[in-house]
Amino acid sequence: MATTLERVQAIVVDRLGVEADQVVESAEFIGDLDADSLDLVEVIMAMEQEFDLEIKDEDAESIRSVGDAVRYIDEHAGA
Amino acid sequence: MSAGMLSGKTAVVMGVQNQWSIAWKIATALADAGADVAITYIDERAKKNAEKLAETVPGMKTYVCNVSNDEEMVALRESLKADYGKLDILIHSIAYAPAAELTNRFLETTREGFNIALETSAFSLVAVARELTPIMSEGGSIVTLTYLGADRVFPKYNVMGVAKAALESCVRYLAADLGEAGIRVNAISAGPIKTASARGIPGFSTMQEQAVEKSPLGHVFEPEHVANLAAFLCSDGAAGITGDTIFVDGGYHAMGI
Repeated sequence: MATTLERVQAIVVDRLGVEADQVVESAEFIGDLDADSLDLVEVIMAMEQEFDLEIKDEDAESIRSVGDAVRYIDEHAGA
Repeated sequence: MSAGMLSGKTAVVMGVQNQWSIAWKIATALADAGADVAITYIDERAKKNAEKLAETVPGMKTYVCNVSNDEEMVALRESLKADYGKLDILIHSIAYAPAAELTNRFLETTREGFNIALETSAFSLVAVARELTPIMSEGGSIVTLTYLGADRVFPKYNVMGVAKAALESCVRYLAADLGEAGIRVNAISAGPIKTASARGIPGFSTMQEQAVEKSPLGHVFEPEHVANLAAFLCSDGAAGITGDTIFVDGGYHAMGI
């Protein structure tokens, strides 16, 4: 089964049109991966759908990098 | 909603940004009801999403149309005319205000922000109606999306509320002008639905929590509820309805407290 990072990578590649090897944990969505604020909202919503969880707006604000997203999902996604 | 309710009708749905857009849910509901559906996107980034989504519905076409560009609206009409011959259904799901206008106090609204919000969110309905109704030769239905913030104050909704009030008034005036052409014009006032655009409204989470808690039906608002009403308003079953704003909000607007 794919890891959280791999599943996040697939979402980011699909939504932002970047290469998979750019989507490393340290990469920031806005800045490193060329996302704007609406792109980031779309990535967040795609992650909610993929992992069947709800990311509150105030939590979403703290998700800046791929690693932030992976950690948030691992902490909050239902087992 | 019955299959085939919109058979033989052609629809254009304006304002598809991504798969969560209310516009997209309406587009698929119209297609499910038998309409031939085209969707429009505003720019290159939305184009990618729109084209990918359109591939999932057989025969769905996509066109660019930024409603602040008169030439693009004329081009859209000519493309629709060439590709479909006539138009029966126009869905307008377009609104915008600069982020700062939804953050500051309403009192701080700038002239520029006010004008942008009103032009994009309200005038655009008048503009697309004027440009596209010439090909609605057999009559038809125009539907736009509004919000209770037009009538009541929601913190941070600010100038969008003013724009929605203007939009609802535009619906009534357009209905008066277009009635003789057999074209109906209505607005759907939807409960707070968590689209990507809605998440840009700072007070949105509170609006949604309140609405779910206080509304008689007490459920989370799903875009399908809105899409089903849109399909009905575009059907012959709604032949007597025009100039109206209809709520799909679980009854929230009826409550005093």
